[in-house]
Amino acid sequence: MMVDYKEVGLRVGLEVHRQLDTKCKLFCSCPTESKDFGREIVFTRWLREAQSELGEVDPAALFEAKKRRKIVYHTDDKSTCLVEMDEEPPHDLNPEAIEVALTAAILMNSNPVDEIHVMRKIVIDGSNTTGFQRTCIIAIGGWIETLGKKIPIQTICLEEDAARIIEQKKGEIHYDLRRLGVPLIEISTAPVIESPREAYEVAKYIGRLLRATGKVKRGLGTVRQDLNVSIKDGALIEIKGVQELDLIPRVIELEVVRQLHLLKIKDELMKRGVSEEEIRSQPIVDLTEIFADTNSKIVKKKIVEGGRVLALKLPKFGGLLGLEAAPKIRLGAEFAGRARAWAEVEGIFHTDELPGYGITSQEVSEIFKKMNSSSIDAVVLVVDEEDRAREALERIRERAIEALYGVPSETRAARPDGTTIYMRPRPGAARMYPETDIPPYPVKPDYLERLKKNLPPTLDEVAERLVEKYGLSKQVINELIDMERAELFEKIIQETNVQSTVVASILTEHVKSLKRDGVRVEELRDEHFLEFFKLVSEGRVAKEAAPDILRWVSENPNRNVSEAIEALGIRTVSLDELEDKVNRLIELNKEVVQKNPGKAISIIMGELMKEYRGKIDGAKLHSIVSSKVYGQTN
Amino acid sequence: MSSLEGYRGEIRELLELAGVDIGDEIELIVNGERYRGILISRYELAEPGYIVIKLSNGYNIGIRVKGRVEVKKLSGVGKPIFKPPARPRHITGLPKVVVIGTGGTIASRIDYRTGGVRPVLTADDLLSIIPELSTIADLDATILFSVFSEDMTPTDWSSIAIKVDEYIKKGVEGVVIAHGTDTMGYSAAALSFALQKPPIPLVFVGAQRSSDRPSSDSAINLMAAVKVAGHAPFAEVCVAMHYWHSDDVIAIHRGTRVRKQHTSSRDAFKSINCEPIAFYRDGEIQINRGDLNPRGSGEYIFNPKFSDKAMLLKFYPGMSPDIIEAIWSRGYRGFIIEGTGLGHVARKLIPILEKIIKDGVFVGMTSQCYYGRINMRVYSTGRDLLKIGVTPLDDMLPETAYVKLSWALAQSTDVDEVRRMMLTNMAGEIGERSRPSEAKTI
Repeated sequence: MMVDYKEVGLRVGLEVHRQLDTKCKLFCSCPTESKDFGREIVFTRWLREAQSELGEVDPAALFEAKKRRKIVYHTDDKSTCLVEMDEEPPHDLNPEAIEVALTAAILMNSNPVDEIHVMRKIVIDGSNTTGFQRTCIIAIGGWIETLGKKIPIQTICLEEDAARIIEQKKGEIHYDLRRLGVPLIEISTAPVIESPREAYEVAKYIGRLLRATGKVKRGLGTVRQDLNVSIKDGALIEIKGVQELDLIPRVIELEVVRQLHLLKIKDELMKRGVSEEEIRSQPIVDLTEIFADTNSKIVKKKIVEGGRVLALKLPKFGGLLGLEAAPKIRLGAEFAGRARAWAEVEGIFHTDELPGYGITSQEVSEIFKKMNSSSIDAVVLVVDEEDRAREALERIRERAIEALYGVPSETRAARPDGTTIYMRPRPGAARMYPETDIPPYPVKPDYLERLKKNLPPTLDEVAERLVEKYGLSKQVINELIDMERAELFEKIIQETNVQSTVVASILTEHVKSLKRDGVRVEELRDEHFLEFFKLVSEGRVAKEAAPDILRWVSENPNRNVSEAIEALGIRTVSLDELEDKVNRLIELNKEVVQKNPGKAISIIMGELMKEYRGKIDGAKLHSIVSSKVYGQTN
Repeated sequence: MSSLEGYRGEIRELLELAGVDIGDEIELIVNGERYRGILISRYELAEPGYIVIKLSNGYNIGIRVKGRVEVKKLSGVGKPIFKPPARPRHITGLPKVVVIGTGGTIASRIDYRTGGVRPVLTADDLLSIIPELSTIADLDATILFSVFSEDMTPTDWSSIAIKVDEYIKKGVEGVVIAHGTDTMGYSAAALSFALQKPPIPLVFVGAQRSSDRPSSDSAINLMAAVKVAGHAPFAEVCVAMHYWHSDDVIAIHRGTRVRKQHTSSRDAFKSINCEPIAFYRDGEIQINRGDLNPRGSGEYIFNPKFSDKAMLLKFYPGMSPDIIEAIWSRGYRGFIIEGTGLGHVARKLIPILEKIIKDGVFVGMTSQCYYGRINMRVYSTGRDLLKIGVTPLDDMLPETAYVKLSWALAQSTDVDEVRRMMLTNMAGEIGERSRPSEAKTI
């Protein structure tokens, strides 16, 4: 579907989060990246929100409170200390992180605050052991300019990164605690972005500005973009956790499709004359009997476990739940997202998709009959423990009512395919209160002056320098910068004697071509490349082996290049063995060598490459062969 | 009427002149730059010269007040109206338990507008915040006083003891005493001597993370304390606090045997030279040792008086006899010494100790080692100290020995009687067996 984004009134605001590459975490002296792990520590917690003085209930907090889960943290004593475990008050704000954030603020024409105040922002899903995220405003206002358009910056914040979810089970959630406390800068733009492409460009530009500080982390999981997307007559949707820049346009496109679809459904429901009253008055009916002898495996399994099949009729919704605007964009999917998030149920079905899932047409007629309905209606069924099934259907009822009004405002999570899934309601006014354990941090004018005078070079300046220094084309250098490999490139050049063109081409072309083949190149870390080029430099592996080795390491990211060589059976060839072989080939092709040395060299090279491709550098081999061949002729 | 907490000098005058107070929505113009937000109180230790406001996005920022400054009040404080959730349904047949507040905040509420934290004062409030409690006991709550635990005195121990005795006489089935953690061990020891062999459990409870935080250990510690108070088969003075970093196990320590061993961690409280008497896990009590005073043993003795003439003295290398002399001259009648190792002090202190003992002062010896029992017969210094009449106090914790001496001195003026009391195991303060330490894997 082609969408005219101007016409639908698309408005996007970005929140770009990026980890800072400081020595220590934001509120303690733990490393931001631990190389080796210490003694394993596993501990459990429960969180409950202290009540607000006003006694009001925040929808997002209520959501988490209702789902009160046991929280299990996994860590080790080298990566975290008592601060991350919420067993010791935070130490002072990390001045290195403040400096990076202030530098970024200056680069974005933002006004640093006179005094930084750390706040506690209530988050009780367990991602922070304290139950709040520590965050502070570093600067207010400002702008960046890209593609000839000024994009206003709203705020620049510095916050602690949260723990990473490892696993979710019924009533239990597991986190890896090691990431908690890594400094995270958050840049929020005004919602002035008008197309998916523009959002991509703005995010990319902000990324480049941040990288100019030289103190941001690179690679998988170091960047997260949140998108605030709205269209005319739609709603403001907060989409969390878009990790890859390339995914931004897709997420926005699909969100627009989703909102337009929901608006279309609203119009249709209006036309059909569905009323809120009608939905509200529908009883929840137990249909377990119908499925006594069902062939549906999932239904059978749940009933055997003691579950019930509960059903809710949605009058005149027939056909609308299964209507698909794009893959996974259906009203039915919206219902399921709600029910799963609130009630943690698995078996959700609706009559638009039945018969199916082993449920027969006879059972479907029974359903319609029992629910006193026909195909003009939709019936939603949930099979699970009775309480949860009921809770799930109440949530679906609520969501069905919202469908009468168009797009409900909510927080959604981005999935790797660009679709989104319901996460939680949008929080009310942020529940923040001061972090009294940390004194305010004054930002003195003379300190700011010093920072302004010592700004790091912009990435354009860096590119110019690299072009000059390494004699590579501007295009290659920019590619290295965009792929976030420029720093690595320089390091490799410094630490090995591999030619810069070779390094650049492997870091860019080879990696891109592997990515096109579906290899998870984002798993490749700096250490992998560095080790590879060191081995090339020492003549222990040929640069031609790069694709095979990088592919293997991508699939086994916790192993190193030496292990890849071992596993792939890439044997290095000794010089003696090689000379021996060349001598024998010269002997075999004696005549040609004498008559046409050039042709002889290519014949011998052809033979050798069959055997040694990837095991020895082609150029090196060529020089050995030609010196031997010409040695024979003279 | 203006509180303007934390603001001083010129800025305070400026704010007063503008007629604004904490919580008011104000507009602040500093050298042409305009800010709008809610006036927030100033952190006590922060530099002067800044005004703190809360922006509409919830963040606080500090604004340097310099040059041309204008403050305008936009709107006043809306008084927070708290609508407490309904008290959970009363469940009949549960034991009556009273929670006595002495300080710290067992539960609190946050005013997100100003960031203020307000303590919860009534049983209804407490139940609305920790509704689970209503399924454990028929709860009553009262605030006796509100002092920081470091400000507690022997007089306060007496007040707590008297209050608890009142509730025992009213027939409650358990008492929970919410207490700041710093000196909770001392107060638990004090009640152990003031209310010996009580008919019901008397459970101290505190929190290492304040109750305004979602991660506070207060709720689960309190649930454990109320459970023990209402349901435990033993009637001991004890302390209910986290066993480890996890929220799943709460240790129940004997009041005379527990010490705060960590400044900040949830598992700060440890039983010393013995194991906890019980654990609370998954809502149930697990008894961990046998020699416990049963409920309603009928041997209850109530003696709430404490003397303020006892002294706890930590020996250190180079300590001068003058110090002991100076304290003694102030009328102190008993000393607990935290000696080195098996119970020693420098030989040069022996003459002054001999002098004060002859004067009728009680001197008891404990060890500054964290674990173990003293024995003053092994080395000659110890033997010399015994000779001059220093009383060895076995494996009693120095803090417990000090509390016990404060209590004993209030019971008798006869030093021999005081010594007899100090050497008699009254509330499990003296252990007969010394436990091997835990195996450590490397």
